Amino acid sequence: MGNVPSAVKHCLSYQQLLREHLWIADSVPGALDPAQEASQLSGLPEYVKIVEVGPRDGLQNEKVIVPTDIKIEFINQLSQTGLSVIEVTSFVSSKWVPQMADHTEVMKGIQQYPGVRYPVLTPNLQGFHRAVAAGATEISVFGAASESFSKKNINCSIEESMEKFEEVVKSARHLNIPARGYVSCALGCPYEGSITPQKVTEVSKRLYGMGCYEISLGDTIGVGTPGSMRRMLESVIKEIPPTALAVHCHDTYGQALANILTALQMGINVVDSAVSGLGGCPYAKGASGNVATEDLIYMLNGLGLNTDVNLHKVMEAGDFICKAVNKTTNSKVAQASYNA
Amino acid sequence: MATMRGSLRQRLVGLASVRAASTSSVSTFPKRVKIVEVGPRDGLQNEKNIVPTSVKIRMIDMLSEAGLPVIEATSFVSPKWVPQMADHIEVLKGIQKFPGINYPVLTPNFKGFQAAVAAGAKEVSIFGAASELFTRKNINCSIDESLQRFDQVLKAAQAAGIPVRGYVSCVLGCPYEGKISPAKVAEVSKKMYSMGCYEISLGDTIGVGTPGIMKDMLSAVMHEVPVAALAVHCHDTYGQALANTLMALQGVNFQKLLEAGTFICQALNRKTSSKVAQATCKL
Repeated sequence: MGNVPSAVKHCLSYQQLLREHLWIADSVPGALDPAQEASQLSGLPEYVKIVEVGPRDGLQNEKVIVPTDIKIEFINQLSQTGLSVIEVTSFVSSKWVPQMADHTEVMKGIQQYPGVRYPVLTPNLQGFHRAVAAGATEISVFGAASESFSKKNINCSIEESMEKFEEVVKSARHLNIPARGYVSCALGCPYEGSITPQKVTEVSKRLYGMGCYEISLGDTIGVGTPGSMRRMLESVIKEIPPTALAVHCHDTYGQALANILTALQMGINVVDSAVSGLGGCPYAKGASGNVATEDLIYMLNGLGLNTDVNLHKVMEAGDFICKAVNKTTNSKVAQASYNA
Repeated sequence: MATMRGSLRQRLVGLASVRAASTSSVSTFPKRVKIVEVGPRDGLQNEKNIVPTSVKIRMIDMLSEAGLPVIEATSFVSPKWVPQMADHIEVLKGIQKFPGINYPVLTPNFKGFQAAVAAGAKEVSIFGAASELFTRKNINCSIDESLQRFDQVLKAAQAAGIPVRGYVSCVLGCPYEGKISPAKVAEVSKKMYSMGCYEISLGDTIGVGTPGIMKDMLSAVMHEVPVAALAVHCHDTYGQALANTLMALQGVNFQKLLEAGTFICQALNRKTSSKVAQATCKL
């Protein structure tokens, strides 16, 4: 059962099937419109915005320091895929995150395509000012639903971090710069273990209240499963409209797509992902990191949901960056397609 | 770190209690899920290196110790076709048979079935496909002809009191035919079920499926085969397996369906997919 001889992979029907599933732009003329063709699993949002975090969250967790020009080329390639939001870099001290030491050069060096937004992380006011000076027009701040994680990661309590972020977000609002809020450890913490949905809601509400336009709920160590995702979202959705929420799922335990599907079913329509599933997990050696953008798009295409993103081009960008950091892709779609 | 490992261990070991808690707010999930472990057969069959018999036996024994209720041990197929399974007799005879655990084996034809029974098999599986081209390329006959061949196996199995599990390949896509209609999957499943298979495992053989397509296929099949007799066999080639499996689990409330059988299947048909999705959404 299931023994597909390698010769079969070159057979036309298989290629056609893949093209339809992958929604490749140059598909066979006369092929049916994917949106009509795909299964009508309604109750899901018609459009899903993908926030590409590969250049930041992905590369941040890669050991090899990627040269600035490679980062810039990578982001430029991503800008041509249809992605509407690409998180570019982090204005954090290079002592803490050496990979992001070239934040100013990257921000200044990328081509800013019309219709694409390029948010950057700004952990504090200093980082924020630098980001603005370098031309940033959107920023993100990072909270956590775990006191221990907050202390270990940014050396202060949740409350102290919120006070810092208030300053940043207030300054951003003065300059009409949108601010996105992240909540880490939304489904579990490497230090505290399980995290209550109430705590996630409290932190999210705080960030939303201070003016973040969107709250990205992060399963930082990928331990979440559909049940815990559902419980957490049920709690957060009581306080924050689902249209202002996003999910940021790590695939450390292979649960990301199932968790994302659960979130979509609950009305969330913004999903963070990283090309090639870049980035490992600093808390689980050998584990994978972010959910792969390619695998996410494959699922969304199959569900008939619109993303405006060209999967084939994303795969090309993934191939480029994997060669540059000398690693195999974590995307199953890429693995399957390049071996076909 | 100790806390994370501790919480992970809790998560893995205390799964039963965690599951009970996590399903409390999601009434459409089944209360129990039976996992059919196909690693020693479907898994190893696709591995290039020939695994020594002793290693296969040890692997199966370890899986038995883990408490899996069903472990597909091997395949009574000609070694010419599948060299990895050449040691099928030694494996089936060599494994420890834990009480309460089933050890089905594949039997592609009557000859294989007889050899399996002689070697002590107490449960067998047969393989159909929802694609004519796949059947032709794989076993050189049409779907109907393949089912006729299996009929011999089913009759003999019934006479010997041996349960038979039926697999349907290519349920979400075929490497030769491309798209596969849910109606075709339902037709083949129905035939195999009515021939006497106690369970039908629906296989996304090339892993191309996504959750919506899975749901459409299951909706069609559930018209013809009671859901309690269905299983899903998802390949993870494109990373979609868990999402597809989740969708399969969501569509099914085993308790309700066991009570109401066909009526619920019809009810599911009257309800569109959107109503099922809405039912699971607590907004």
